[in-house]
Amino acid sequence: MEINEELVRKVASLARLNLTDEEVKKFTPQLKDILNAFSHLDRVNTDNTDPSFQPIPIRNNTRHDEPHASLSQEIALKNAHHTKDGYIKGPRAV
Amino acid sequence: MISDFVKSVQQGKIDPVHHIRSALEEVKNINQQFHYCTTIPEQSALAESKEAKTGRLAGVAVSVKDCICVKDIESTAGSAILKGYHPVMDATAVQRLKDEGAIIIAKTAQDEFGFGSFAVNVGIGMEIPKNPVDPERACGGSSGGSAGLTRKVSFPHVSLAESTGGSIVCPASFCGVYGLCPTYGVVSRYGLMDYANSLDKIGPMATSVDDLKLVMDIIGHMDPRDSTCTGPQHAKVIQKPRIGLLKSSFAQGVDPKVQSAVREFVEKLKRSGFSVSEVELPLTEKYGISCYYLISMCEASTNLAKFCGMRYGAHEPLDGNFNEYFSKVRSKYFNEESKRRIIIGTFARMAGYRDAYYLKAMRVRTKIIEEYKKIFTSVDILLSPTMPILPPRFADIGNLSPLQQYMMDIMTVGPNLAGLPHLNIPAGSVEGLPVGMLLIADHYQEQTLLACAKVLE
Repeated sequence: MEINEELVRKVASLARLNLTDEEVKKFTPQLKDILNAFSHLDRVNTDNTDPSFQPIPIRNNTRHDEPHASLSQEIALKNAHHTKDGYIKGPRAV
Repeated sequence: MISDFVKSVQQGKIDPVHHIRSALEEVKNINQQFHYCTTIPEQSALAESKEAKTGRLAGVAVSVKDCICVKDIESTAGSAILKGYHPVMDATAVQRLKDEGAIIIAKTAQDEFGFGSFAVNVGIGMEIPKNPVDPERACGGSSGGSAGLTRKVSFPHVSLAESTGGSIVCPASFCGVYGLCPTYGVVSRYGLMDYANSLDKIGPMATSVDDLKLVMDIIGHMDPRDSTCTGPQHAKVIQKPRIGLLKSSFAQGVDPKVQSAVREFVEKLKRSGFSVSEVELPLTEKYGISCYYLISMCEASTNLAKFCGMRYGAHEPLDGNFNEYFSKVRSKYFNEESKRRIIIGTFARMAGYRDAYYLKAMRVRTKIIEEYKKIFTSVDILLSPTMPILPPRFADIGNLSPLQQYMMDIMTVGPNLAGLPHLNIPAGSVEGLPVGMLLIADHYQEQTLLACAKVLE
């Protein structure tokens, strides 16, 4: 896979980042370097190896399905700047 | 030592209000030059000190890494995108310290979201913390503020830090303090702002082994609010652990001055009757860095998706559609290293690349864990220098490429990937600069590490 400026812009847009031309120029060779270095993992034979999504075995820990108090609407909205009628106000969808 | 101080508070010999007032003055003075604190919550600290007469940390001043939530105190994970965010709850670890009478006196500086090894990748508009013994050098990262403050203050103090790939032991090494990163899951992550969920651990920094142990005993418990929390598991303490020196860490690529400082401590262990042999971890040494950075960047890029300027932190006027608004806020307030890691992590999770990068790294991690498990059948503690270099000058860090900076984590990524407990012990100094020694043990062997560190203290 060729890491080029076009790809960097595409990935940035998927990640909701607007990069300046300067940032694209700076990141492209760095990303190429980094991903090339990481690609050597290919050399490890992992044919019969499961992925470790956690470093230690963890079973499904579930809590009892019982109702309990949650944050009040007022507290939940305390950190939001754009609010209306007890809700968070977001940008328009389209 | 903290326990002596606490006894004096409990007996009424020390007035916690007076003590905290002077502690805050000292922290403010230190902060002017060294920039260890993102917030110094004077009012709440003084108010809390009036109530602090009981508990195992009665009246003890505690600082908390900025990525760990403290109720009503600005907590930003060192990032401008969280400026103004005041958590509505305490992290479980913070709550447990408060329940024992601790007073939160500072939130500490860090690389933004933990993305760095030198605490130079601070958020936009934030100050870089400086090494306590030489302000022209880095204090290490990412928990740099915690380590620097722990070294610098004159009063009894512990800090709550956090490690994903070495962020506790690295700065502890560069600042010459103790730092313990526990087994993954022993300390609840509830209230910690995630960097990489399968790697993040909260742990203490202190100036003595007893103080580390005291804090670990308080914070290391089950928590129903974190489904990955296991608590301590009470593994049997190994009385005379067999020490394995990591051969490659006493070789080319590691500053010879660092090597010889650590070797002096190895001799001390031998004289104390510990058996010491040389061991190797070929897979971890070769692939640990790549494996760690791929996993952590993939997880970070999903975690950072939630910062979009709506529910908390930085915001902008609500114009444009949601894509335009989110992109505007994120582009303006994330720093360069965050953007770099988000892009790499997003790329490595994209359709067509996910198996080659993300899943591959997860499989290599399994092999790395197996390699450690095998070595722990022949030795009980692995020993190496913590960092391959002395604390670097800021000017020299600027000359390193991002990849070269990542390579500095060569000693610390292994135990972090495998979720193993590890501890930095101050191992003297070279030319006045602190050197750190790293001890790694099998899962849940925190107490064995602490006992071994105690012998060397």
